[in-house]
Amino acid sequence: MKKTGSEAVLLSLIEEGTEYIFGYPGGAIMPVYDAMMTVDRIKHILTRHEQGAIHAAQGYARVTGKVGVCMATSGPGATNLITGIADAMIDSTPLVCITGQVVSPLLGTDAFQETDVVGVSIPITKWNYLITKAEEIPEIIAKAFYIAKTGRPGPVLIDIAKDAQFGVLDYEYKKCTKLRSYKPVPAYDEEKIKEAASAINQAKKPYILFGQGVVLGNAEEEFRTFLEKSGIPAAWTILGVAALPTDHPQNMGMLGMHGNYATNVLTNECDLVIAIGMRFDDRVTSSLNTYLTKAKVIHLEIDPAEISKNVKADIPVLGSVKETLPLLTKYIEKKEHTEWIGEFKKLYAIENTKVIQKDLYPETEGLRPGEVIRIINERTKGEAIYVTDVGQHQMFASRYCKFNNTRSFITSGGLGTMGFGLPAAFGAKMGAPDRDVVLFVGDGGFQMTIQELGTIAQTEAAVKIVLLNNKFLGMVRQWQELFFDKRYAHTHMVNPDFIKIAEGYGIKGKKVLNRPELSSAIDEMLNHKGAYLLEVSIEKESNVFPMVPSGASVSDVMLEAK
Amino acid sequence: MTQTYTITAFSENHIGLLSRITIIFTRRHVNIHSLTVSQSAIKGISKFTIVVVETKEKVEKVVKQIDKLVEVLKAFYHPNEEIIYQEIALYKVPTEALLASDTLEKTIRKYNARILEVMPEYTIIEKTGHCEETQELFDELTKYGVKQFTRSGRVAVTKLSEELLSNYLKEIDEKQLEHSANR
Repeated sequence: MKKTGSEAVLLSLIEEGTEYIFGYPGGAIMPVYDAMMTVDRIKHILTRHEQGAIHAAQGYARVTGKVGVCMATSGPGATNLITGIADAMIDSTPLVCITGQVVSPLLGTDAFQETDVVGVSIPITKWNYLITKAEEIPEIIAKAFYIAKTGRPGPVLIDIAKDAQFGVLDYEYKKCTKLRSYKPVPAYDEEKIKEAASAINQAKKPYILFGQGVVLGNAEEEFRTFLEKSGIPAAWTILGVAALPTDHPQNMGMLGMHGNYATNVLTNECDLVIAIGMRFDDRVTSSLNTYLTKAKVIHLEIDPAEISKNVKADIPVLGSVKETLPLLTKYIEKKEHTEWIGEFKKLYAIENTKVIQKDLYPETEGLRPGEVIRIINERTKGEAIYVTDVGQHQMFASRYCKFNNTRSFITSGGLGTMGFGLPAAFGAKMGAPDRDVVLFVGDGGFQMTIQELGTIAQTEAAVKIVLLNNKFLGMVRQWQELFFDKRYAHTHMVNPDFIKIAEGYGIKGKKVLNRPELSSAIDEMLNHKGAYLLEVSIEKESNVFPMVPSGASVSDVMLEAK
Repeated sequence: MTQTYTITAFSENHIGLLSRITIIFTRRHVNIHSLTVSQSAIKGISKFTIVVVETKEKVEKVVKQIDKLVEVLKAFYHPNEEIIYQEIALYKVPTEALLASDTLEKTIRKYNARILEVMPEYTIIEKTGHCEETQELFDELTKYGVKQFTRSGRVAVTKLSEELLSNYLKEIDEKQLEHSANR
């Protein structure tokens, strides 16, 4: 069937099950946009900035598990995607990013809006490719989807020269199912699994650390079965959070810099670590010299490059956790580690008195982020999708939201991208229209992508925006207070009237200044049919604790400022 | 402890692979001593030979990252003991030095080098060998005035009877057979 390159792009996306393209048009991608007028089985969402488009695609991909698709023009359009690509790379989010490129004879001539985006994005894409001929389009798009979603997922960028979009080809679509140079899932070694099982059976104080790999491998069930048979206490990295319900008796909480007290301290008390789909990020481990001082390490991982990258794996178990966990479950003995779990509970009690209760039920005059998050989480019964931006509120949200369902916490983990929240929340709502989507965002990050209120208004997506406003870049301010002698260099913000801004976009909003108004305002927001902005004025002195100071050992986690 | 390692990577012959591979070194602040790219013994597959002086731990991590690239079939690394390797060097010296006495000729013989071309102005000498050997000849020739000198990157083969990649290719072939048998 004769098709233009542009039509082929859209038809190929449809073949791959794409529902939405988040994008922004411009010169070099105009033929594809024009083809959207005839090929209309795919919805395009016009964002207000390309960064908004890619973060929306990320939010969509993270809640659905499908490949997120975004589109931009050449030059500045393409470079505006870069932050999102880097974010998706480090957080293993499957994306296909399509950019227009100048006509192929002009490549390398510094033509108008020409940027070598393939060159620029090499280290932050799983794969990328420049298409210069229309006939390459179906095959390359098939390859892009296959690479983006298989194995350890990641972003793929396809740059399409404008003449290839105009060109004509014999269109035929064949899904890609293998590439000889690419081995997405390494074969597991059953002997290693047996070895791991015997180490688990012998361990006195084993400890499970799990990450997003459990979610990406769709292995939540397999993980839970393993966990319950093993009786071992477990803690999560920020991206692993919703893989296990918060109230599960073996869920001990979050790891790392702002994780829980027990989960950090006991890292250096355990004799065996079973790391599952996590990558020992420095925010989890802090100083490696004083990390896991008494433990052997079993590492279940799909990406061979993660084995012994940061922490030496004594027993590496390569493969998909969906396959390896059931085998491991088969070979381990059913056990309970009541006493060992008791040690976690003891330390939790200390944290609860010193930190958690004060955050969740503060007696301070000013409102605190923890209580806002707690009430919203209670009112939504832990059933909503919670999205965050980056900073203090992100840590409060990950610590204090309780989750019942997987894929319910969308946050920028590895890259820590401020401005991620608003567009990602919008994308999450598009991916899960029947669920409540609540965004927690600070006044700093909100203003980085605030223009996406326009996208929310235009699409009428019912995103509930909870703006925790302390008129400060709170996390940086906290560091300045603790480690820079209270020298508050450029962290105070003079902010606009956010409610008026929302109003300007036709989005309803309310500002809460005092505790008595909070509860009813939250109800009003949740009961409102459309998008809503709830601005809560919070005290600027709120700090996130516990905290592992950078460079310190996880055992030195602080419960309060010294 | 750092030592010399030879990294070999087998990849599809696609545009941009060189960038993808070298950027892995740049990001980790690893200096590339020499780099050679050529066709491998297997049709359509390129072979990168990269020499670095680094710790084993760092080399291992770099090789894993290279191996992870979608278009790389397989990457390996070897200390010098595991491979036979060679480099080629070209030296341009004034022809009058050759004519003036027999010392230059003796040097060429001694070092097992050969003359590629003699012109009235200059003579081109070629020597293959390890880096230290071609360097030694260079040092020797400086007294005659070396007008130009160039040394290639390392080429290397393993001391195994087969290319390591062949095993990998066999493995994927068998998998595909299994796969189709299972259908």
